[in-house]
Amino acid sequence: MMTTTQIERQTTARRPQTVKVGDGRMAALLLSPTFLVLALVVAYPLLSAFRQSLYRSQSGLDDDGFVVTGDVFVGLGNYVNIFTGTEAGRFYNALWNTTFFTFTTVGLEVIIGVAFAVAMNRAFRGRALLRASILIPWAIPTAVSGLLWRWIFQADGVVNSITGVEVLWTAEGFAAQAAVIVAEVWKTAPFIGLLVLAGMQIIPGEIYEAAKLDGANAWRQFIGITLPLVRPALLVAVLFRMLDALRMFDLPFVLIGPRKSSVETLSILAWDESNQLNYGTASAFSIILLIYVAVIAYAFIKILGADIVEAKARRATPKKKATR
Amino acid sequence: MKQRRPVRRALSGITLLTAAALSLTACSSAGQAEKADVSLTDRGPISYVSSPDASGAAQQSIDAWNDTHPDEQVSWIELPLDADQQRQQMAQNAQVKGSTYTILNLDVVWTSEFAANRWITELPKDVIAIDDAIPATIAAASYRDTLYAAPYYTDGALLYSRTDLLTAAGVNSPPETWAQLEEACTAVLALPEAADMSCYAGQFDKNEGLTVNFSEAVNSANGSLFDAEGTPTVDTPEALTALNFLVDGFASGMIPQAAITYQEEQGRQAFQDGNLVFLRNWPYVYASFNATDGSSSVQSKFATSPIPGENGPGVSTLGGRNIAISSFAENKATALEFITFFTGRDQQSDRLELSSRAPVFSEFFADETVTERLPYLPDLLTSLEKAQPRPTVVNYGATTAAIQNEIYAALTGVKTPEAALADLQVALSDITSN
Amino acid sequence: MTDTLQRPRFSERMLPPDPVRKPRKRGWGAASLVLAITAISVYCLAPFFWMLVSSFRRTSDIFETTILPTTWSIESYRQALDGSSMFGRAMLNSLLVAGTTTVLALVFAIFASYTLARLNFRFKSAVLAIIIATSMFPGISVVVPLLQFFSDIGWINTYQSMIVPNLSFALPLAIWILTTFMRQIPVDLEQAAMIDGCTKWQAFRLVLLPLAAPGVFTTAILTFIQSWNEFIIALSMVNDPAVQTATVAVSKFTGATDFQSPYGVQMAAGVLVTIPLIIVVLLFQRRIVEGLTAGGTK
Repeated sequence: MMTTTQIERQTTARRPQTVKVGDGRMAALLLSPTFLVLALVVAYPLLSAFRQSLYRSQSGLDDDGFVVTGDVFVGLGNYVNIFTGTEAGRFYNALWNTTFFTFTTVGLEVIIGVAFAVAMNRAFRGRALLRASILIPWAIPTAVSGLLWRWIFQADGVVNSITGVEVLWTAEGFAAQAAVIVAEVWKTAPFIGLLVLAGMQIIPGEIYEAAKLDGANAWRQFIGITLPLVRPALLVAVLFRMLDALRMFDLPFVLIGPRKSSVETLSILAWDESNQLNYGTASAFSIILLIYVAVIAYAFIKILGADIVEAKARRATPKKKATR
Repeated sequence: MKQRRPVRRALSGITLLTAAALSLTACSSAGQAEKADVSLTDRGPISYVSSPDASGAAQQSIDAWNDTHPDEQVSWIELPLDADQQRQQMAQNAQVKGSTYTILNLDVVWTSEFAANRWITELPKDVIAIDDAIPATIAAASYRDTLYAAPYYTDGALLYSRTDLLTAAGVNSPPETWAQLEEACTAVLALPEAADMSCYAGQFDKNEGLTVNFSEAVNSANGSLFDAEGTPTVDTPEALTALNFLVDGFASGMIPQAAITYQEEQGRQAFQDGNLVFLRNWPYVYASFNATDGSSSVQSKFATSPIPGENGPGVSTLGGRNIAISSFAENKATALEFITFFTGRDQQSDRLELSSRAPVFSEFFADETVTERLPYLPDLLTSLEKAQPRPTVVNYGATTAAIQNEIYAALTGVKTPEAALADLQVALSDITSN
Repeated sequence: MTDTLQRPRFSERMLPPDPVRKPRKRGWGAASLVLAITAISVYCLAPFFWMLVSSFRRTSDIFETTILPTTWSIESYRQALDGSSMFGRAMLNSLLVAGTTTVLALVFAIFASYTLARLNFRFKSAVLAIIIATSMFPGISVVVPLLQFFSDIGWINTYQSMIVPNLSFALPLAIWILTTFMRQIPVDLEQAAMIDGCTKWQAFRLVLLPLAAPGVFTTAILTFIQSWNEFIIALSMVNDPAVQTATVAVSKFTGATDFQSPYGVQMAAGVLVTIPLIIVVLLFQRRIVEGLTAGGTK
C-alpha cells in the first residue's frame, strides 16, 4: 500500500512536466477569474491591514487642541502590546470567548445539522415544508434575527415569561453566553444541514439496498454508509462554519452588546479599537485573528480532513492514465 | 531538489501580487499632508448626512431650501438608525477623505472628537445665532472655545412620576432629592396596589445610557467627571456618593434587578406597563405614556419634573444633535448658508409642528402654543439651564467605554464602588494624558 | 466500465427520491421520524413565528408576550412598504446583487473546482489553501481599504461595488464544496462518455455536472442567501437610495424618535425579506435539480 502511494505520488508529481503541460495552462486559465476577484477584494485590504498594524497613530494633542497627525512606525509594538500590555487580559478573554463559542456552537450545529439532513433526506410527506422551515433561520438577515433574539431574551421577554423565571440573559455571565449560543446554533445549523443533505443525495441508493440485504438496521446503515460517505461534505461544512464562528461579530454585538466581557470576541475587539480610532491596534487584532483562524483550520485539516484536499484526487489520476 | 523550481515560481507569483498590492497602498497614502481648509468658499450642490427622521421635519426644511436654491440643491444621505453605525460611516468617510458628505448631523458627544481630528470645519460665530440658543447647547457645539457646529435640537433628562400612586401614599410633590425619592419609594411600595412594582429605574445597561445616568448622578451630587483643566475627578467623595446612590438602589431593591439590562426603551416599557413608580428618561417617552389607544396603563396618571439630586434638583446631561461641515467637502459656502437656514429661527419654529424634538432657542419653551402640545417643555428648560455636557474629551469613545466598564462592574457587584472609581480615575487619566 | 447502459442507471439513483414512493420504514420508525420532524420544525419555526406575530402587533404594544397579538394591525407592513423608504426598490436591488453574485460565483467556482478535481497541475493544495485563507480575514477590516479603493476608481454607488466583494466572500465556500463533490464522483463515468464519443466539455456538461447537481444547488442557495444578507459593504459603498439593498433599507427604518427602535417595522421587513426567498428556493430547487440531472439521463 505504502509503495503504491509513493509510486502514485511520484508519477503525479512528475507528469506535469512531461505529458500534462496543457493541464497547467488550462488550470491557470480556469482559476484566473477566482484569483482576480480574491486579489482585488481581499489581498489589498490584507496587505494594507498588515502595513497598518506596524504603525501607531500619533497620540496627544498639539497646542491648539488638534490631534497630532501622522503615524509612527512601531514595528511589532502593537502586537507586543496586545500580548503583554495593560489590556492583555481583555485580549486573552476575547480569545477564550472566541474559541469557546466556536467549539460549542459548531459542535452543536454538527449534531443538529446532521439530524436536519437525515430528516430531510428521509421525510416524504411534508418534505418541502420541512426544507422551508429549515431554511428560514438561515435566510433571515442577521441584523433582524439578532434583534429578534435580543427581544426574545430581554428581561420581560418571551423566554422569561414562558419559564416564569427572571433570568437576565442580556446582562453578563453564562446566561449571556448561553443566549448567544442558542441564537447562533439556531441560525447556522441549517447551513450544515443543507450541505450534509447534498452529500447524502449523491450516495447511490443501491449501496443501501445491498446493506439491507445484509441485514443492517437503520442505525448501522447510518454509521457504516451514510456517515463515511458524507464525511467530505460534512468536513467542508464544519471547516467553513469554524471560519465564520471564529470571526463571530454581529450576534453577540446586537444580542448582548459591545464590551460585555463574557461575550466579547476578537472581531468585536477589533471593531472596538477601530471605533476608538486606534487603527494600528485594530489591524493587529485582525492579523492575529487571521493567523489564529489559519492555525485552527490547518490543524483541523491535518487531523480530520486530509482527504478533502488530497486523497480523492490522487485516486482519480491513475485510472485516468489506465484508460489512455 | 525536485520541489524547488515550482516553489520558486509560486513565490514569484506571490511576489508579483504583493508588489501590485503594495503599490496600491503607496498610491492611496500618497495624497497625505493636506492642509485644513478654513475658508468657506465655493457654491454648488451639497449633501446632508444624518440619521433617518420619521417626523418628516428635516425633509420639510430641505424641500424648502431646494425650492429656492435650484443650483445649490441639498441631497439627503440617510444613515442607519443606529448611532454607532452613523459614527462609523462618518469616520470611514473622513479616513478616506471623501467629499461625498458635506453636512454632518452629529451627536453632541462626537463634536469634540470630530473637531480635534479636523474632520469638521470651524464655523464663524457671527453667522450662527448663538445668542438665542440655550448656552449649554452652544458649549456642546464648541471645542476649545471655537464653534464647530450649530445646535440642531437638544435633549435633557426628566423624572417621570406616577402621580396617582404618590397622591395615594400622601406624597404631594415629586421628589427633588434622592432622600425624598427613597422616602417616596417606601411610602408608595407600602400601598397594596403597588405590591408588585419596583420603584426607580434609569438606563443601566452597558451602553451610552449608563454613562449618561452616571454622569448625571455625579453632577447632581455636586461632583464632576473632569475639572476645568480636563483632569478626571472621579475619585472624589461626590462621585462616590453618586455611585453609591445607584449601587445601594440596586442592593435595596429600589431599582429592580432587571434594570441592569435597561436601555431607554426597556425602561419606557416598564413604566408604561405600570411596573415602576419613577423613571429617568428623555422627553420622547412622553407621547407613549400619554397614548390614549389603550397601550399605556399610565395615561393621565403621571407627571414630569426635573431629575432629583443629592441636595436639591439634579443636573441633567445634555443630549441632542449638532450640524457641522465636513472638512473634506466641496461647496462649503453653500453649506454654511444652508446650516444658518436649517438651524435658524423660522425653520425651528416650522419643525415644532411636526417633531417633538426640543428646540435650541429658549424662547420656544415659554410659547404657549408649543407648550400646550409639549407640556414637559418648561420642566425640560429647567433641566437644560443647569445641564452639563457629557465630558467634552477628544477620545470620547474610549472615555465612555471606560466609564461603562467600571460603573457596570460596580452595579453588578464585580467591584466595590471605591475600587471601581479608583480604577476609573486611572483609566481616564490614561486616556486624557496621551 | 465501458457500457453505456450503466449511465442512465447511475444518474437515476442520483435523482431525489420519488415523492410518491412509500417510506421504507413503518411502525415505530415512522413515528419517531414524525416526532423528529415536528421537533425540528418547531425549533426552526418558533422564533420565526414570534417574528411573524410581532410584525402584526401595534407599535405601542410591540413588547407583549401573548401568543397572538391582542390587537391585530398591519401598521408595520404599511410603514415598511411606505414609498419613502423605497423598500420595494431595495428588494429588487438585493435580488439583482445576490442573483448576479450567485450566477458569477457558480460559474467561477465550477471552473475552479473542475480544475482542482480533474486537472493535473502543481500546487493544488496551495491553491486550495490560498482560496480558503481569504475567508479567514475579519470582514470588518476589509471595509475601509475597499472604500478607499472603490472611491479612487469611481465605483461608489454602483452595483459592482457590492457584487465583487460578495463574490469574493462567496467563492471560497463555493469552490471548496464543488471540489469536494466533484472528487466524490468517479472519473470513470466521464471517461466512459468520452469513449462513447463525447468531447471533454460534453462529458463535463452531460455527466459530471448533473451528478454534482445537489452540490451545485446547495452552493447556489448558500451563496444567494449570504449575499442577500450582506450589510456592511452595501452600507459603506452605496449612499444613493436608488441602489441600496434591502438590509441597508431595513437599518434606516425609524421609530417615532431616535431612541425608539422600529421593532415592528423591522420584523415586518424581516418577514417580507424572508418569505419570497423561501418561495423562490422551493420553486427553483426542483427545477434546477431536474434541469441539471436531465442532461445526464439522456
